Amino acid sequence: MERIRVLIAKVGLDGHDRGAKVLARFLRDAGFEVIYTGLHRTPQEVARAAVDEDVDVVGISLLSGAHIPLVPRVIQYIREYGGNPDEMLILVGGTIPHDDFPKLREAGVDGIFIPGTPISEIIKFIKEELPKKRKGKSK
Amino acid sequence: MGEMVEKIKEKRKEWEEECLEPWLSKSEREIKKFETLSGIEIADIYDPSDIAHIDFLRDIGYPGQFPFTRGVYPTMYRGRLWTMRLFSGFGTAEDTNRRWKMLLEEGETGLSTAFDFPTLMGLDSDDPLADGEVGKCGVAVDTLKDFEILFDGIPLDKVSTSFTINPPAGIILAMYTAIGDMQRVPRDKIRGTIQNDMFKEFHAQNTIVLPPEPSLKIIVDIFEWGVKNVPKFNLISISGYHIREAGSTAVQELAFTIADGMAYVEAAIERGIDIDKLAPQLSFFFNSHNDFFEEIAKFRAARRMWAKIMKDIYGAKDPRSWWMKFHVQTAGCTLTAQQPLNNIVRVTIQALAAVLGGCQSLHTNSFDEAWALPSEEAVRVALRTQQIIAYESGVANVVDPLAGSYYVEWLTDKMERLAWKYIEKIKEMGNGSMVKGVLKGIENGFFIREISDSAARYQKEIEEGSRIIVGVNRFKIEEDLRIPLLKVDPEVQRRQIERLKKVKAERDNKAVKENLEWIRSCCENNENVMPAVFEAVKSYATIGEIMGTFKQVYGTYRKPIII
Amino acid sequence: MNVEEIVEGVISGNRRLLARAITIVENEYPESKELLRKIYPRTGNAHVIGITGFPGVGKSTIVSKLTEEFRRRGKSVGIVAVDPSSPFTGGALLGDRLRLDGADVNKNLWLDEKVFFRSMGSRGRLGGIAKKTGDVIKLLDAAGYEKILVETVGAGQSEIGVLEVADTVVVILMPETGDDIQVNKAGILEIGDIFVINKSDLEGAENVERWLKYMLSLDEETVIELSKLSHADDAKIMQKLKWKKPVLRTIADKGVGIKELANEIERHYEVIKKNGILQEKRREKAKLSAIELAVEEIRSEIIKRYKQLLDKEIDPYTLADKIVKEVLKC
Repeated sequence: MERIRVLIAKVGLDGHDRGAKVLARFLRDAGFEVIYTGLHRTPQEVARAAVDEDVDVVGISLLSGAHIPLVPRVIQYIREYGGNPDEMLILVGGTIPHDDFPKLREAGVDGIFIPGTPISEIIKFIKEELPKKRKGKSK
Repeated sequence: MGEMVEKIKEKRKEWEEECLEPWLSKSEREIKKFETLSGIEIADIYDPSDIAHIDFLRDIGYPGQFPFTRGVYPTMYRGRLWTMRLFSGFGTAEDTNRRWKMLLEEGETGLSTAFDFPTLMGLDSDDPLADGEVGKCGVAVDTLKDFEILFDGIPLDKVSTSFTINPPAGIILAMYTAIGDMQRVPRDKIRGTIQNDMFKEFHAQNTIVLPPEPSLKIIVDIFEWGVKNVPKFNLISISGYHIREAGSTAVQELAFTIADGMAYVEAAIERGIDIDKLAPQLSFFFNSHNDFFEEIAKFRAARRMWAKIMKDIYGAKDPRSWWMKFHVQTAGCTLTAQQPLNNIVRVTIQALAAVLGGCQSLHTNSFDEAWALPSEEAVRVALRTQQIIAYESGVANVVDPLAGSYYVEWLTDKMERLAWKYIEKIKEMGNGSMVKGVLKGIENGFFIREISDSAARYQKEIEEGSRIIVGVNRFKIEEDLRIPLLKVDPEVQRRQIERLKKVKAERDNKAVKENLEWIRSCCENNENVMPAVFEAVKSYATIGEIMGTFKQVYGTYRKPIII
Repeated sequence: MNVEEIVEGVISGNRRLLARAITIVENEYPESKELLRKIYPRTGNAHVIGITGFPGVGKSTIVSKLTEEFRRRGKSVGIVAVDPSSPFTGGALLGDRLRLDGADVNKNLWLDEKVFFRSMGSRGRLGGIAKKTGDVIKLLDAAGYEKILVETVGAGQSEIGVLEVADTVVVILMPETGDDIQVNKAGILEIGDIFVINKSDLEGAENVERWLKYMLSLDEETVIELSKLSHADDAKIMQKLKWKKPVLRTIADKGVGIKELANEIERHYEVIKKNGILQEKRREKAKLSAIELAVEEIRSEIIKRYKQLLDKEIDPYTLADKIVKEVLKC
C-alpha cells in the first residue's frame, strides 16, 4: 500500500502558520500522509526530518523574506544527510518576490507558490510532477 | 412603539408573500444562501421590527457617553482625525530612521515600528537562529545604541510611536523611556504603544518565548511600572488583528480579544493596580477585513462591550476607563499576489469600514505586500488612501453616520450576543476567572482549534468557488508579476553584528553583569522586573541577554499544535 | 539498489538506508519480505516500549522526555509514532514529531545521531498501531537502536495492538480525561505494565490514582493478559508473574517524574527478562507473525487462483470447503 508522504515545514523565525496548517489539512484530505514540523525549524532539522521520514515532497513555508538563504540550505543539508533532493519534489510557498524565483529554482526548488494559490493547484502539481521524480523509490 | 412594530411585522410578512416570493420564483440567484464573512445568516432586508429589542438610549446613545457604541469622543473626527500610522521598519536603524522621516514629511502623524524576527523573538543579531533574518522583515535592534540611531532627529514629545513587539516589550519600553530621558522630554510627554499582548501570540501569532504564566507575570510588571513611570503610554495593545489573520471569524476576533482584555484586567487587579489608573493606558488593535458592514458592526459592538465590562463587571469609576480606544490595520491576509493593484481597492474599502467604525488610528496595507515589504511608492499610495477618505470623501464629517441603519444595528447587536457566548464559555473554563479561563484555553488548544477550523472553512469556500476572490479564483488574467519591490541590503546582517560587537566591547561589562543578575533575582523572588530591565537597558545589555535571563529562570515553551 | 546493500546499510547504521528500508516495508514493496528475512537474525536486542493512552494525555511529550532521559543514560533511541489514517481518503496528519523537543535547549533531539524518529499512518489497521509497525520496529532493532518507543494512535479505542509489538506497555492517563467507565471499556487496565498519571498538577490526580490502584489491586492476576492474545498455557504464564503494576505521577512538560518512569521501564524489562516472560512474549510474537504472514499469503493466493470460481454464484460454504481441501493438499 503506497502513500505519498509530504513534509510541511516552517523554517526560520516567522510565526505565520495559517497557510502551512490549512495546506496540511487539505493534503491529508486529498489522501496524502502529511508530517508537519511545527514552527521555527532550522534548515538542518527540516532536512533531517525529510531524510528520516523518507518523504516524497518537502513543502517549505516562509513569510519572512528569508527564503534566501534558508531554502537552499535545507536542500544542501538533505544532500549532506545522505538524502537525494532530486528524487523529492521541493516546494516553497509564501511571500516570494519574482526576482528570487530563478535563484530558488537553481537551488533545486521544483515549485513556488505565491499567496492566494488555490490548494487544488498545489495538489495537482504534486500529482503531475512527483511521478517524474520518484524513480529511486521502489525498484 | 409596540403597536408600530406589530404593524411593521404584518407589513413585512405581506411584502414577503406578495412581492418577494413571486419575484424569487421567477429569478435565478447566483448565491443561494446569504451570510456574512463570519457565517452569520442574513435576511433580504432589515426594518424596525428587527431592532425593536434595541433601546436607543440604552444601547446606542450618544458619542462620548456610555456605552460608547457611537465613539469614545463626542466630536470624533470633527475634533481630530484618526492617527494615520503606517507600520514600517527594515534593515538597520539608519534605514528605518530615513523611511520614518520621509513618512513624517508626507503627513504621517504617528510612527509604527516593525522589528525583524530575531528582535521580535528576543534574539540578538549574532544568534545562530537569527542567521538570514536580520533586518529582513523589520528593523534590527540589539541594544539601546540602535534606538539612539532610530530616533535621531525625531523629538519624542512631538510624535507617538507604536512598537509591535511582544515577548521583549518591556525591554523596548525601557529603551524608549531611556531615549526620552536623553532628549530631556518629560515622562508625561512620552506617548506611544507597546503591543505587549502575549495571549494572542499563544492563540495565533506564535511569537512565543516564555510559557504563558511567566509571560503574563511580566506583562503585569510592565503595567505596574508603566502606570507610575510613563503615564501617557499605552502599555498594551490587546490584539484581535493576528487572531483574524490566522483565520478566525469576525466574531471570534471580537470575543477572544475582549476575553484576553478581561484576563489582563483581572490579573492587574489581582496585583493591586488601580483599575482607573491602568484603564486609560490600555488600547486595542483590530483587523478590518472584507465584509464592510460586518467590520463596522464589530467595531461598534467591541466598544459597547468593553464599556459595559469595565463599568459593570470591574467597577471602574472614571468614565475614561470605559473607553475602548483602538488601532485598526486592514487585513493583510486579503491581499492577493495576483493583480496587485486590486489590493488598493480592497484596502480602501477596509479602511473606510475602520473609519465608519470609529477607530483612533489606522494602518493601511500597501498593495505589494503579498510579495515583499512595501516599496516607497506603495506605502505612499496606502497613506494617500487614508488622506482621501479623511479629506475628500466626507465620511468623517458626521459622527457614527451608520447608526440607526436597521442592518448595522441588528448586526452590531448580533455580534455582541455571539461574542458574549464565547466569553461565557471561556469564563466557565476558568471556573469564573477569565485569567484561568484564557490560560486553560491556551493549554488545551481551545483557541487554536477554533481558529484553525475557521481558517479551513474559509479556504474550503475559496477552493469550491463559493467564495469569490477577484483575480484569484474568478476574473483571472495572464499577467507579468514583476513589480518593483523593496530590496533589503544583504549586508545588513554583517553591519548589524559589527555594531553589536562594538557596543559590547565599549560598554561597562561589569555593570551589565550586575544588572542581569538583578533581573534574575527579581524573577526568582517574584519581584517586578522592570526597574532592573530599565537599568540593564541603560547599561547597553542586549535584548538577547535580557531575554536569555528570563529563559534561564522560566524556561521556554512550545504550544500545542492543532491543525 | 539491491536488498543486500540495504540490509548492509541498515545494520551498519546508515540512516538514509534505514529510512528507505522502512518505506519498502511500510509500502509492502516486493523486496520487503526478503529484506525482513535478512535482517531478522539481527533483531531481538532492543527493548520495545509501547506508549498508549487517550488523546490529549501527553503521549508525545512523554515520548520526547523519555527519549531525552534514555539518551542521558547513554542509550540510542528509535521512535515509531502512529497516527490515524482516514478510512475514506487514506490521508493522515502525522504530527507527533513536532513534540520531539528536549528541555535542554543545547541538546537537539531532531539532530541527535542516536535518535531516529519515524511517523506512520495507521493505514486502515485498528488497535492503535499500523499493520507494519512491528516490522518497522524490527528494522530499528536491527539498526542497533537500544530503546524503541512506540507511540500508539491514542484514539481512545482499545489499543490492544501495542501488545503485539511491545515488551513493556506504559499506559498514560490524566486527571479529567476518561471517566472510570471509559477507561474500563478501553481495556486499558489489562494492557498496561506501568501506569502513569500525567499532568498530575491538575485537580483530580489523587482521585485517578486512588481509583487506579484500587482497580489494579482487585485484579492482580490479569496483569499481563497474554492469554487474550495467544493460545499459550495461561497457568504457566501466571505462575511466572511477579510484577506488581506500578502507578506513577508525572508532569511531563516540566520533566517531573520522568526519571522515575524510565527507572520503572528498565526495572520491568529486567523482571520479564529474568522470569522468562520476555522470551515467552517474543516466541508468541514470532508465532503470531508467522500465522499472520501465512494467512495473508494464502488469502492472496486464493484470490488469485480462484478468481473465476469466486465470481460464480455458488454458496460460500460449499466454495470454502472446496478451496480448503484443495489448498491443504499442496
